[in-house]
Amino acid sequence: MSACTTSPAAPPAIIAERGQREVFCGLTGIVWLHRRIQDAFFLVVGSRTCAHLLQSAAGVMIFAEPRFATAIIEERDLAGRADLDDELDRVATRLIARRPDIRLLFLVGSCPSEVIRLDLGRAAARLEERFGRSPRVLAYSGSGIGTTFTEGEDACLSALVPTLAPAPGPATRLLVVGALADVVEDQFRRLFAALGIATVDFLPARRADAMPPVGPFTRYVLAQPFLGETATALERRGAVQIAAPCPLGAEGTRLWFESIAAAFGIDPAHVDGVLSLPVRRATAALAAPRARLAGRRVFLFPDSQLEIPLARFLARECGMILTEVGTPFLNRRLMAPDLALLPADAQLAEGQDVARQLDRCRAARPDLVVCGLGLANPLEAEGFATKWSIELVFSPIQGFEQAADLAALFARPLARRALLEV
Amino acid sequence: MQLTLWSYEGPPHIGAMRIATAMHGVHYVLHAPQGDTYADLLFTMIERRDRRPPVSYTTFQARDLGGDTAELFRTAVRDAYDRFRPEAMIVGASCTAELIQDDPGGLAAGLGLPIPVIPVELPAYQRKENWGAAETFYQLVRTATAGQAPPDRAAQPFCVNILGPTALGFRHRDDVRDIAALLARLGIAVNVIAPLGASFADLARLPAAHANLVLYPETAGTAAGYLARRFGQKTISTVPIGLGATRDFVAEIAGLAQITPPPGLAEESRLGWYSRSVDSTYLTGKRVFIFGDATHAIALARVATAEIGFSLVGLGTYSREFAAPVRAAAQSYGIEALISDDYLAVEAAIAAAQPELVLGTQMERHIAKRLGIPCAVISAPAHVQDFPARHSPFAGFEGANVLFDTLIHPLMMGLEEHLLGMFRDDFEFNDTAAPSHLGPHATTPPEPASAAPAPAGATAGALADTLASAPVGRDDASAPVWRDEASAPVWRDDAEAELRKIPFFVRGKARRNTEIFARERGLNPITIETIYDAKAHFSA
Repeated sequence: MSACTTSPAAPPAIIAERGQREVFCGLTGIVWLHRRIQDAFFLVVGSRTCAHLLQSAAGVMIFAEPRFATAIIEERDLAGRADLDDELDRVATRLIARRPDIRLLFLVGSCPSEVIRLDLGRAAARLEERFGRSPRVLAYSGSGIGTTFTEGEDACLSALVPTLAPAPGPATRLLVVGALADVVEDQFRRLFAALGIATVDFLPARRADAMPPVGPFTRYVLAQPFLGETATALERRGAVQIAAPCPLGAEGTRLWFESIAAAFGIDPAHVDGVLSLPVRRATAALAAPRARLAGRRVFLFPDSQLEIPLARFLARECGMILTEVGTPFLNRRLMAPDLALLPADAQLAEGQDVARQLDRCRAARPDLVVCGLGLANPLEAEGFATKWSIELVFSPIQGFEQAADLAALFARPLARRALLEV
Repeated sequence: MQLTLWSYEGPPHIGAMRIATAMHGVHYVLHAPQGDTYADLLFTMIERRDRRPPVSYTTFQARDLGGDTAELFRTAVRDAYDRFRPEAMIVGASCTAELIQDDPGGLAAGLGLPIPVIPVELPAYQRKENWGAAETFYQLVRTATAGQAPPDRAAQPFCVNILGPTALGFRHRDDVRDIAALLARLGIAVNVIAPLGASFADLARLPAAHANLVLYPETAGTAAGYLARRFGQKTISTVPIGLGATRDFVAEIAGLAQITPPPGLAEESRLGWYSRSVDSTYLTGKRVFIFGDATHAIALARVATAEIGFSLVGLGTYSREFAAPVRAAAQSYGIEALISDDYLAVEAAIAAAQPELVLGTQMERHIAKRLGIPCAVISAPAHVQDFPARHSPFAGFEGANVLFDTLIHPLMMGLEEHLLGMFRDDFEFNDTAAPSHLGPHATTPPEPASAAPAPAGATAGALADTLASAPVGRDDASAPVWRDEASAPVWRDDAEAELRKIPFFVRGKARRNTEIFARERGLNPITIETIYDAKAHFSA
């Protein structure tokens, strides 16, 4: 285990709720995954609701022809007047004919496709054979009944893992897991090179034919905290995890690199030498947003599973006081390094009953509420400053150089309220 | 299965949400899986509503499917009643819950709540958003007016209901204000405006009015039909969008109310004078493509042609339920309607028609942006900028003013366009320069098949007018099957260069007309003389 689990914090008392959950489903992950894997196409097999969600969730209608679409199931499909397999083959074939540049096609399951037990894994195998493995065809589920928001990325990546080539030995290679912004990946690559880690891969790669190999010589580290299924799938391939807190903030990123460096047996003095400059720079840059955030009270609604690492960052590096830290799920194994760094009195909440949670939020009178788009304006109208949580998923926030940007995302609503006279 | 990149309408339960959110005291309990709550952000973000829509979701997950989803639904209904204490409740299922067949209506009825609980069955795999809104509004009206006898209105002063405005409706908020003010000017009382701003109890008062003004047939048509049948109310079906339509609307309602409208009412709109004024001459015959919901598409077609002087080159709708009136309208303009909710088909039709202006939805705004054609949004689906802070109706006399501005603003101003025609290779005025008032970054993309840069020379405005507006059939334009390599005439370099002096947005049409002319006469290659012969031919 890494050095950062030593803090002897008592486990926080958890509010566990099962009521209305105001969260996105896993289909939403397509919005960033299709930008990350630049020759992949995501075909949702679902309903008009799925299509409507995808175009509403993130205002993504900026692409001439997006690399995602929905095969909308219709009455005739359900009534048995059309054969679902034939229909899916027809739609996928038309799609691939239109887009010969696509190297990887994901069939993405939805709530309706799961309820009618449409076997997309089998369909993917059938289509891949029909296309002569060009493109490759994989299936995963982004359904709301099975996945919450960022779990869609987990499902997508864990579907990729069995297709990865075996990694050649005997040299140990590092695999960084989780979709990151290009700028963050490039910064990380430079630091790994400076540390002396020779072979570093990222999952997912930017292109389908450049996906990394994996095997018993692989040590993997999560760059995103919500990738539990992917972690399990990697371990099934023999890869070994490097436990570390999330690379958010100057401290979080330092601990993340130190955990990796320790696993590769790199001299701690050398690690200090490499990290000291970026740590110093990030810490200095954090001073300005910290001045605005320190001592202010923050309430986090459950959304992306980034909440616990974010709360750790806001408490330890920005001096904020945590009122409630909601998370859709709590994976204690993956979250252990971050949990260990949370203030001992942090109130965690797993799951959601949105009406009750809103009651608690109003009672807590926080200075800042981190929540989804459905709640933000209503809370603003009630007088609360809010930070839309979706921006935390769509922005480069990991790493040293982004630490101050991350803090600024939280400081901006407060700065704006101080600025306005309306 | 239907392959969909972007969709014009959401599923039908979104329509039900638009009704519930528009009203007071109505709560909607929706049996739906986790994730369907995304719909809240349509209202809180796009429309900037300051409160959550009055909707409770069961947000069931896979682990619930093996258990008792019906109990989950009952709990959600009970909790929603206890917390929100609504006047009435509507219950239903989204697409996934429809498949698990829990019968929300029956389950809710079994709870014996002391309020009306109205089941709305919205077949998610057949129907769409507007249908869902119309059906939900109809069910609410039916329940609210159940058991009433048709009232005796003879002794009562003439009054009307305004039906159709919803939450997330395109300019509904402002349309209602303008029409209510217009009715006040006419001395006609408004009985109920619904669903926007109405309570469930208000719906019970609907039968008292003499007539129902159906502002948006997509959402109010079903309810108005029911009220007419059940309570003998008249239906005013002229949608007052545009100057002429508003005049017709005033005439229709004045006839029903047996009143004389105050003189000079229509002069309150500036549209007529602005359009007659000489600066507007340059608008004459500009080629416009219109696509939207049926109400706005039909209304804008009349405004664009009869009130601005544009030439209509395309008219269509995504509302299959209203295909017939749109087809009839298109026929009256001598074109064939485009009835489609396939975004790619709409894009292909716009590209083929080569309009100078697109009036459409947010989808067409994106299409037009890619094609480098000016565009104004005139119909849902809308985005956050289509809910402006200022009063900005489309309906009524003020609406006509807004329409004039909306349709003119995306275009070049008159003098600017003339200069562009004269000095085509001016370093500031050129093919890729956007209208100067739209800012330095609003550049238009170059023609995709651009070859050599155009040589200097000042011509082509008139050439473009004639060649591009010549009567090429729509079928030819959208399906250039004859343009195989063998039969396509060859263009000489100097002819090609002359062609490039024609504004890019009509160049394709001019090219096609010249080729038709050349082919019919066996002229090959095409020379500069061929171009001007074709121009003369099509001018005749």
